[in-house]
Amino acid sequence: MRLLRMAALAAALTGILASAGMARTVRWAASGDPNTMDPHSQNVGTVTMVLQQIYDSMIQRNRQLGLEPGLAAAWRQEEPNRWRFTLREGVRFHEGETFTSDDVVFSITRALAPTSNFGIFVDTIDRAVAVDALTVDIITKAPDPILPNKLASVMMMSRSWSERNNAARPQNTRQREEMFTTRNTNGTGAYRLQSREPDVRTVLARNTGWWGWQVPTNNGNIDEIVFRPIASDATRIAALLSNEIDFVLDPPLQDLQRLRSQNALRVLEGPEVRTVFLAMDTARDELLYSNVQGRNPFRDLRVRQALYHAIDIAAIHRTTMRGQSVPTGTLFPEQVNGWAREEDVRLPFDAARARALLTEAGYPNGFEVTLDCPNNRYINDEQICQAVAAMWARVGVRTRVNSLPLGPFFAKIQRDDTSLYLLGWGVPTLDALYSFQSLIATRNGAQGDGIWNYGRYSNPRMDELIQRMKVETGDTRMATIREALHLYREDVPSIPLHHQMIPWALRSNLQIPHMANNQPYFRWAVMN
Amino acid sequence: MKAFFDSDIWWSFTRSPVVVLSAIVALVCIIGAVFSPLIAPHNPFDLASLQLMDAFKPPSWEAEGDPLYLLGTDDQGRDMLSAIMFGARVSLMVGFCAVIFSTVVGVTVGLVAGYMGGKVDALLMRIADIQLTFPSILVALLVDGVVRAAVPREVHDQIALFVVIFAIGISNWPQFARTVRGSTLVERNKEYVQAARVIGLSPLRIMRSHVLPNVMSPVLVIATLNLSFAILAEATLSFLGVGVPPTQPSLGTLIRIGNDFLFSGEWWIAIFPGIALIVMVLSVNLLGDWLRDALNPKLR
Repeated sequence: MRLLRMAALAAALTGILASAGMARTVRWAASGDPNTMDPHSQNVGTVTMVLQQIYDSMIQRNRQLGLEPGLAAAWRQEEPNRWRFTLREGVRFHEGETFTSDDVVFSITRALAPTSNFGIFVDTIDRAVAVDALTVDIITKAPDPILPNKLASVMMMSRSWSERNNAARPQNTRQREEMFTTRNTNGTGAYRLQSREPDVRTVLARNTGWWGWQVPTNNGNIDEIVFRPIASDATRIAALLSNEIDFVLDPPLQDLQRLRSQNALRVLEGPEVRTVFLAMDTARDELLYSNVQGRNPFRDLRVRQALYHAIDIAAIHRTTMRGQSVPTGTLFPEQVNGWAREEDVRLPFDAARARALLTEAGYPNGFEVTLDCPNNRYINDEQICQAVAAMWARVGVRTRVNSLPLGPFFAKIQRDDTSLYLLGWGVPTLDALYSFQSLIATRNGAQGDGIWNYGRYSNPRMDELIQRMKVETGDTRMATIREALHLYREDVPSIPLHHQMIPWALRSNLQIPHMANNQPYFRWAVMN
Repeated sequence: MKAFFDSDIWWSFTRSPVVVLSAIVALVCIIGAVFSPLIAPHNPFDLASLQLMDAFKPPSWEAEGDPLYLLGTDDQGRDMLSAIMFGARVSLMVGFCAVIFSTVVGVTVGLVAGYMGGKVDALLMRIADIQLTFPSILVALLVDGVVRAAVPREVHDQIALFVVIFAIGISNWPQFARTVRGSTLVERNKEYVQAARVIGLSPLRIMRSHVLPNVMSPVLVIATLNLSFAILAEATLSFLGVGVPPTQPSLGTLIRIGNDFLFSGEWWIAIFPGIALIVMVLSVNLLGDWLRDALNPKLR
C-alpha cells in the first residue's frame, strides 16, 4: 500500500516536472499598456487585446472576423424586437461561479450604465430577460439586424463576483476612478489573469477548463502569456532580436526591413480596419487651447478645409509611415460595409488654397492651437502629429503638439478637455453605422450616439441620416450611407489621414493568425 | 593683462598642446552653441521651414546626401547640424546654470559650516554626508519625479528647464561644501582672520571679504570639472525622457530620438549628437584637469 502511494507520488511529481518543463510561454510586447482591466470601461484596442483572452462574449469572432458561437450556443431573432440566446451548458468563471443567464442580464445592464464606454454595442437594447438558467431574451427598442455583430464585443462578467467586489457598474476612467475591476478579472475565457503590474507586466495562465478547448479550431497550445509594454521603439526591437520576447504587435516601421531579413523572425503583414484622423472642437464658442479670442475657428468650414488642404498626405505616407498606410479621404476602409470608392477622395494638398481659405475666414496670420496626440497607441502617432504640425505651420497655423501616453490621453479627450486631437478608429462590427454613430453623430445622451465625438460635431442633416441608417435595410440603407459619406466629405467633421497597416513581428517558431482588427487571439497560437 | 600673460598659469597653458587644443574645441563648442540662432544653417524650431520630404537624409558625403544638410536630417526633416547646435545651447545653458547653482549653495554652506564650527558645522556636514550616500543622478531623478507629480502637466512644461537645473544643481552641492569647509577651517585660524575679528568685523563680512577670496581656487577647479558632470547629467535625464521639455531638445533628447533609428541604419541621427556630447565633455574635462594641476602649488 505504502509502495503504491510512493509510486503514485513519484508519478505525480514526474507529471508536474514534465509539464513544467514543457510549459509553453509566449512573451509579447506592444508600445502601450492597457489602461484598465475593466471589460466595459474603455473601448480601446490596447485594453481589448488583453481582456479578450480572459473574457468571452456570447458570440465570438472566427479567424475571418465572421461570427461563431461563444457563450451562446445558438441565437435566433424570434420577433423583430426579440432575440433569443441559448447559452452553453457547464461554463464556469475562473473563480468557480457557474455561468448563467443572470450573468448575461447583468453584463448587458452593466454595459448600458452611464460610466460604460461600450454603449455603442448595446444602444438598441431595451432590456435583457432571463427566461431560464440557460436562455436569455434580448428585447430591442427597434429592429436591429446587426445585433449579433455588436454583441461579439460585449464581454460577459459574473454578477455575484462583480457585486461582491463593488463593481456592478463600469469604472469611470474619465474621473480617473480606481476600483476592483481596474486590476482584477474573472472571466470564462481561455486564459485567466495571474498577475498584473500596470506598465510593467501582465501574466495570463491557460484556463485548462475552458469550454472552447473542446472546439477543434481552438488549437492553441500556449500555457502562459506574458505581456510587457515597451514604449521605446529601439528597446522593443532589441528585446525581440535578443530573444527576450517572442512577438511584437507594433514593430517600428523603420526596422521592418531588418526584421524581414532575420531567419529566426517572421513579419506578418496586412491592413487593419482602422482609420487615423484629426478631429476638432466644433462646439465651444472659444477654444480651450488657442490664442483666438471670442470665436472658434474650427466652427468655420473654411478653416477645417484649409487645415485639410495643408496636409501633404503623400509625404506622411512615404516618410512617416514608410509606405505602411493607405491614405484616405473617408471615415473607414474598404472592408467596412457601406464604403464607396467615389466618396473616398481627399481634398488635394494645396498650401496656397489653404492660406487663401484662412484669409477668407478672417485669419490671414493664422492662429495658435494645441494638438493632443497619443504617443503609444497608433503606429507612429506622435511622429504623424509632428509632421502635421510642421505642415500647418507653413500655412500659418502654429500648432503645439501635446503628446501623452494613451492612459492620460484618453482620459483627457473623454473629458472634452481638448481643442484638436488625433484618433484612430477601428470598426469591429464592419459596418458604416458604427463609425458614423460613435464619431459623427451629435452626442445626445443616448447609448452610442456621439460616444467618441469629443469635438462634439453636430449637424442635423447628418444626424437624420445616421438615425435612418439604424432602421433602414437593403439598398435604401446603402443610399443613406452613401449620402452621409458625401456629407462627410463636404462638411469636414474631421480630417481623415490614412488607414494603417499593421505588421506583426514574431519568432519563426510561433504561429498566430494575423487579424485585421489587430487583435492577437492566443487560443489560436501554436508554439513549436 | 600683461600680468596674466606673465603668470605661471599662462605659461603652463601654452606648454601643453593638449590643453590648448581642448580650450580651442571648448571655445568653438561654446561659440557655436551660444550664437546658434545666428550661425546655424537652419532653424530646427521653425516648424514652417521643415520639409517632411527631406526627412532621413544621410550626411552630405554619403551617396544620397544633400549638400544642404551637412550631417543629414532626422525623422521630421530637421537639419542635424543645426539641431546639434541648438541642442548644445540648451545643454550648456543647463550645465552652466546648474554649476552656478551648486557653487552658490555649496560655497555658502561650506563657509558657514567651516567658520561657525560646532553644532552648525556638524549639522550641515551630516546633511552633506547623507546626500553623498545617494548617487547624484538618483537625486536628480528624485527631484524631477517629485516636481512632476506635484505640478500639473501644463505648468511643468513651462518650468521644466528650471526643474532640471535645480535637480542637477542640488544633487551636487556637497562636493563644493566639503572642499570649501576644509579650506575655511585652515583659513579661520590664520592671523589675518584673527585680526579682522579683533577689530570687530561681523562674521558675515569676514567670511565674505576675507575668507571667501582665499578659498576660491579649489572651487574654480571643482566647478570646471562639475560642468562636464552637469552636462552629462542633463543628457542622461533627457535621454531617460525626464529632462528638458521636448520643445527644447538638448543633446540628450536628440540622442534619445536617434536611438529609435539605430537598428534601421539611420545612424547619423544618434551618432552625431553623441559625438558632439563626447567632444564637449572631454574638452571641458581636460581643461579642468589642467586647471587643477596648474593651481596646485605642490605640482609647480
